[in-house]
Amino acid sequence: MLYIDSSMRACLALLALWALIGVAGLLRPMSVGFVGRMLFPLGALCGVVLAVVAATSIGAPAEQAVLKIGLPDLPMHVRRDALASFFLLLLGATSAGISIFAAGYFRRGQGTAPGLMCLQYHLFLASMGFVLLADDAYAFMVAWETMALSSYFLVTTQHGLPEIRRAGFLYLLIAHVGALAILLSFGVMQGGSWQFTFDAMRGAHLTPYWAAVAFLLALFGFGAKAGLVPLHVWLPEAHPAAPSPVSALMSGAMLKMAVYGVLRVSFDLLGKPEWWWGLVLLAVGLFSALYGVTFAAVQTDMKRLLAWSSIENLGIVFAAIGLGIVFHGVGMNSLAALALIAALYHSLNHAFMKSLLFLGTGAVLHSTGERNLGRLGGLIHRMPWVAWLTLVGALAMAGLPPLNGFVSEWLLLQAFLFAHQVPRTFVNMILPVGAALVALSAALAAYVMVKFFGVIFLGQPREPALARAHDAGLLERIGLIWLALGCLLLGLLPTYVIDTLRTVVAQFSGALLPSTGAPWWLLVPLAGRQASYSAPVFLIALASIVVLTALLVRRFYHHRVRRAAAWDGGFGRLNARMQDTAEGFGQPIRHIFGAFFAVQRELPSAFDSAPRYGVVVGDRIWQWVYLPLGTLVQRIADSFAWLQQGRISTYLLYSFITLIALLALML
Amino acid sequence: MAGTPFDLQLLNLCAALLLLLSFAMLAQRRVVTLVNLLAIQGALLFVATLLLAWRTGEHHLYLSAALTLALKVLLLPWLLHRLIRRLQVYWDTEPLLNISGTMLIGLLVVVFAFGLAQPIAALASTATRSAIGIALAVILLSFVTMITRRKAMSQVVGFLSMENGLFFGAMSATYGMPMIVEFGVALDVLVAVLVLGVFFFQIREQFDSLDLHHLESLKESPTFGKSPSPAPARSVQEN
Repeated sequence: MLYIDSSMRACLALLALWALIGVAGLLRPMSVGFVGRMLFPLGALCGVVLAVVAATSIGAPAEQAVLKIGLPDLPMHVRRDALASFFLLLLGATSAGISIFAAGYFRRGQGTAPGLMCLQYHLFLASMGFVLLADDAYAFMVAWETMALSSYFLVTTQHGLPEIRRAGFLYLLIAHVGALAILLSFGVMQGGSWQFTFDAMRGAHLTPYWAAVAFLLALFGFGAKAGLVPLHVWLPEAHPAAPSPVSALMSGAMLKMAVYGVLRVSFDLLGKPEWWWGLVLLAVGLFSALYGVTFAAVQTDMKRLLAWSSIENLGIVFAAIGLGIVFHGVGMNSLAALALIAALYHSLNHAFMKSLLFLGTGAVLHSTGERNLGRLGGLIHRMPWVAWLTLVGALAMAGLPPLNGFVSEWLLLQAFLFAHQVPRTFVNMILPVGAALVALSAALAAYVMVKFFGVIFLGQPREPALARAHDAGLLERIGLIWLALGCLLLGLLPTYVIDTLRTVVAQFSGALLPSTGAPWWLLVPLAGRQASYSAPVFLIALASIVVLTALLVRRFYHHRVRRAAAWDGGFGRLNARMQDTAEGFGQPIRHIFGAFFAVQRELPSAFDSAPRYGVVVGDRIWQWVYLPLGTLVQRIADSFAWLQQGRISTYLLYSFITLIALLALML
Repeated sequence: MAGTPFDLQLLNLCAALLLLLSFAMLAQRRVVTLVNLLAIQGALLFVATLLLAWRTGEHHLYLSAALTLALKVLLLPWLLHRLIRRLQVYWDTEPLLNISGTMLIGLLVVVFAFGLAQPIAALASTATRSAIGIALAVILLSFVTMITRRKAMSQVVGFLSMENGLFFGAMSATYGMPMIVEFGVALDVLVAVLVLGVFFFQIREQFDSLDLHHLESLKESPTFGKSPSPAPARSVQEN
């Protein structure tokens, strides 16, 4: 068929088109109309086409090419296989929704000019696509760093504010430390051949020791991008700093590049991963999941809450990959495939639902100018479109059927349930604890989403200014609907998705999940087991219960005479101050998981005329990891500070002495 | 030296004069004279390059001789003289080390350079290999000049003289660098002088003087700040 030969070319052409759209933004950099109404929708169209091309090419065999760009004698190698196609699909489909939303979102304001922003945004998209297609370390690193830099500039769009510059710097710093680790990992993986193409790395035979070193370096590097604890600190800073479509893109798509990287390195480049690597991934992933979700529960800034929730979700994805590696390493192929499918499925789900939620917060932020949950509330009456569409995302994030979040977490739990069959003592005893942790994180995620949705959209407005809130515009609505539809379809048609993912996983890991031959409406992950789930049936049951209840209530409850008390016992009208606040809602979590938090309280005295109660929840990782590290660096730097004399002659003398010493060495 | 052809003798004479000039620069305190010495050094370099070009028949050496003449004999000294007139710096203050001490250090440096050049000269196949030691000595002496001066102007002259030494070294070791490198270096030197000229004006604006010891006040104070500030407040509750 035609598409098999040309799908990679089509993908590359689309990436180039993205870059071109970005450059076109410089034609009229100050024009919001041109950039917003012309270029961003074009970019969204590109995304849709990319998703379609990638989706059709998943089953096709891998294809390779050498591009004639790059440094002299160092051409860029590209390769498209099923894994790359899957992530290209994710990138294209998510970015389509985000771009169309962004088309209506960007307004004239302080900060980066729209045209420049358009360039950064589309370069960001193109570089993410190129990360997926790169087939040598050089091309990969160029794309990876372009991705980091373009997103850095997007994060610091409002560079006038010092806290945003600070967030951007933190992001850039950790991104570069991570990139360094990735580079070192490539250096180890070339295995003495000094060939940096991925083909050479596949062919290099590393000793188990060096393979483990390469894997751990890669895990560190990609973990820094994915926001695994303790490398997560940039995430809750950078996501709130960025404009909402950018947060959506970073959380939805960019974090998945780290997932891609870990899969590519551990299964493809290193060949067969050792089973204990999976344990490392599991531990890190599960801890990140729990840590992220507990912090999400105590946040009062809605975007920061979503950022912490991203840490949780990426933790779950990495735990699933870890489980897959454990199964793969001990030769339980179909279970390995199940866990890996769960990982990919959850990546795709998270891309859709987290983008949807971030865009929802963006719409709220635009119409109210408020990010603090304590000043929102009751917006469902003012912004029904945004509220209902965000509800879809929140339900999906909470892992409720029949939406997509449920399916992937359910698959992961199914995989965990067979962990006791792993033929390693202790491991098969520890793994069920992992299942419990996943379940706990999922439950807490639901708690977080109740808080997120309830505090923003339900109840009464907490500020009078909220009465002026307006619903999202047409383009923004289209973007939200696109992503919400994605959540719905991924939840309703899991068998199709799993069929596709089966080929992806089989191609990159060699682990094949046997087909169960169940009908399209019934999801049976493993043949011959009892567990099955049918989203459509569930939806029909749910819908009929809701409709029936509504009818019954209307029939028997409405139109009846109601009597109200003459005096309601001192219980007057409910006002906005009586509602549960974000802090109040998160307070139990703050107590139960008190060990995670560095809490500072500010309590008023009994005689305060203007009493003030405040609490600051800090991250202990800062105290335990980053501050000691910073102090150490400072101390080392201080011990060299005497070198700085401020006198040019002295500096020249340093060079002179160095020169003489080096020359004397040569003598 | 009966066996040595006349043109080679001339070349060696040029080399010797270059070394002598370096010592002269080391001892010279008048900035105007320093620039004149630099121009003479450039002229000697021009003559040496021309001789070498004629002797070896390498065409690119003619080009680089022309470049030397245009840049190092004419343009740069003219620029520097103009700068001196506009900045009114004719004298350097007392060097950090007195002249005789500097000369003694210079002697040691020359001995070191000749010792260093011995193995290199043994490897080189050019007729001018004996001049490599002199080139190295010129480089190091210029470095010493830069270290011992206080005024920015003299340091620039030292820098340019160092570049001359490098050029001469390349010429005597391998008959000159590739043309593209030579062009690049020439351009760099030109740009460096222009940039430094701008800097001089800025320094004088700031300190009313070109004496570099004023720059010491730019040094970071030895009281070190606290450790990096902790994360900003994660979330604040207010009621």
